[in-house]
Amino acid sequence: MAKRAIGGVAGIFLEEHVVLSAAAKVRDSGFVKFDAITPYPVHGMEEACGIKRSAIPYISFLAGCLGCSLALWMMYYMSVTDWPLNVGGKPLFSLPAFIPIMFELTVLFSALFSVGALFAACGMPKIDPPVIDKDLTSHKYAIFIPENDVGYNVDRIEKLLKELGAAEVKKVAEY
Amino acid sequence: MSQMNRNPLVLGNKTMADVTDDICAPLERFPSKGWMSLFLSAKALFLFYIATIAMVISTGIGLLGVNHPVAWGTMIVTFVFWIGIGHAGTLISAILFLFRQKWRTSVARTAEAMTVFAVMTAGIFPLIHTGRPWLDFWLFPYPNQRGPLWVNFRSPLLWDVFAVSTYATVSTVFWFIGLIPDFATIKDRAQNKIRRTVYGALSLGWRGTAKNWSHYEMVYLVLAGLSTPLVLSVHTIVSFDFAVSNLPGWHTTIFPPYFVAGAIFSGFAMVITLMTMIRIGWPEFQNYITLDHMEVMNKIIMMTGMMVGYAYASEFLIAWYSGNEYERYVFMNRAMGPYAWSYWIMISCNVIIPQLFWFKKLRRSIPVMFVVSIFVNIGMWFERFVITVTSLHRDFLPSNWGQYAWSIYDTCILAGSFGMFLTIFLLYLRVFPAISIAEIKPVLHVGRDDKKGGH
Repeated sequence: MAKRAIGGVAGIFLEEHVVLSAAAKVRDSGFVKFDAITPYPVHGMEEACGIKRSAIPYISFLAGCLGCSLALWMMYYMSVTDWPLNVGGKPLFSLPAFIPIMFELTVLFSALFSVGALFAACGMPKIDPPVIDKDLTSHKYAIFIPENDVGYNVDRIEKLLKELGAAEVKKVAEY
Repeated sequence: MSQMNRNPLVLGNKTMADVTDDICAPLERFPSKGWMSLFLSAKALFLFYIATIAMVISTGIGLLGVNHPVAWGTMIVTFVFWIGIGHAGTLISAILFLFRQKWRTSVARTAEAMTVFAVMTAGIFPLIHTGRPWLDFWLFPYPNQRGPLWVNFRSPLLWDVFAVSTYATVSTVFWFIGLIPDFATIKDRAQNKIRRTVYGALSLGWRGTAKNWSHYEMVYLVLAGLSTPLVLSVHTIVSFDFAVSNLPGWHTTIFPPYFVAGAIFSGFAMVITLMTMIRIGWPEFQNYITLDHMEVMNKIIMMTGMMVGYAYASEFLIAWYSGNEYERYVFMNRAMGPYAWSYWIMISCNVIIPQLFWFKKLRRSIPVMFVVSIFVNIGMWFERFVITVTSLHRDFLPSNWGQYAWSIYDTCILAGSFGMFLTIFLLYLRVFPAISIAEIKPVLHVGRDDKKGGH
């Protein structure tokens, strides 16, 4: 996650399978902070870059539990504690009738927290992020190696990326 | 990986750049005359709708045909109709995603847009139906100075408030999350500053790094997993509005699955109606929304149509088997009473006409599917009319019998709602990418190269 703008070297690739094998090899060369930029999710890229499985589902689960319990607590408080009202002789705590709303709030909380977690993990929203190449959201792919990565050396990286099939290698002032 | 020999999902040997160009084209050119005339007509109808609603609210809902004993009318019928339309969008975007049905990719974005707009259109009806829409915030439990007096959590009508608002929120979020990478694409292509700024803001600074995609795909899967039970719950709860009451004709356990099947049925019909029009308006989309896509959807229409037909038949059987004379009377009266015409419109449109799709030639004919989809839409509106009105109009005592006093305002508010839906939908087609750019690329055949193993 780029917390602040950081420079580095980026290689632009034109083919999906080239960038995929290039990413694996960049990783084998000892780089750890590099990232691949693709217009769509490329199958196998996570393994190639050594990205761990996203932890967001744990947040989704916990948020769902939170929504469910909040719904139950809310209805218990309103129907039993705060203003007990006899509705058609039904018990004040009528759990079966509370289940639909517990379900809905489970889904609502889980969905909104998951999206919140996505935004946090991706550093969004972000105003005017730096763009390496305008075609990276259309039909080109890139591998970006930041300057704070282990063994960062501009010449070595340029050579490596060229060997791996990059159509173009450019220095990026900030990303 | 060996694969079955299937028709490609995208025709015309497109490259990645072609896909971006094709899908962005309608956003970047001046609107055609066809679009303009459709938009202006829809807009006129929408303005007419706003005027009708203003009259109904300022004078009172007595302008509509609701009265004793038919106290639920157009508002409820049309609400259920529009909510049902929305369900096909979520089925395509979430359920078919979980089942890894790759053909869904081409139609998912627009189907989901249809969901969001249909739920928006639907949401207005119960709000007006309350009779005093300016007090609609009373539907939510909020601390108030009347005690505080809380809402009744045992009422299906309140469950519906939560179900529909959750559905609207989660569908909109799901749809927007899908749009974010495409907004970034449009931003990067933008030729002028305003376009760049607007789409840049909408893309929320999306960059498409491998780490971002990894989280993104996970959240997309989680949202699909959450939307799936959600969509089933929404129409289940809508059916509870009827089924939890003790009224013969409404008080049946078959209602939840019957309503869900009917919702998917009507929703797919609306998807077909809209997609046939999109294919005509934007010929470049014919390579993405192919006849194969349309055929698959027609099969689903036929299948869900038969499920609905099964439910109609089963209701009669259960009414007879119940031995309850009121229950039997309601169903005999539906098919042979004063509202028999609406019942037979429903049967013809929903059960008989979709049988045309047994023939492959008709299933793949654009004019045929367009006409059938319109019939299904009509039939499904009448289904809700039959359920609502015929169950109410003959009360338990003959002195309480009465017809629904359909008025001109009922017609106007029903027709006007299409104006609202179509206005928003046509605007969407102009400013948002109508096919998911980032999702369609992985299903392309290019780069699927045996030796190098592109995917």
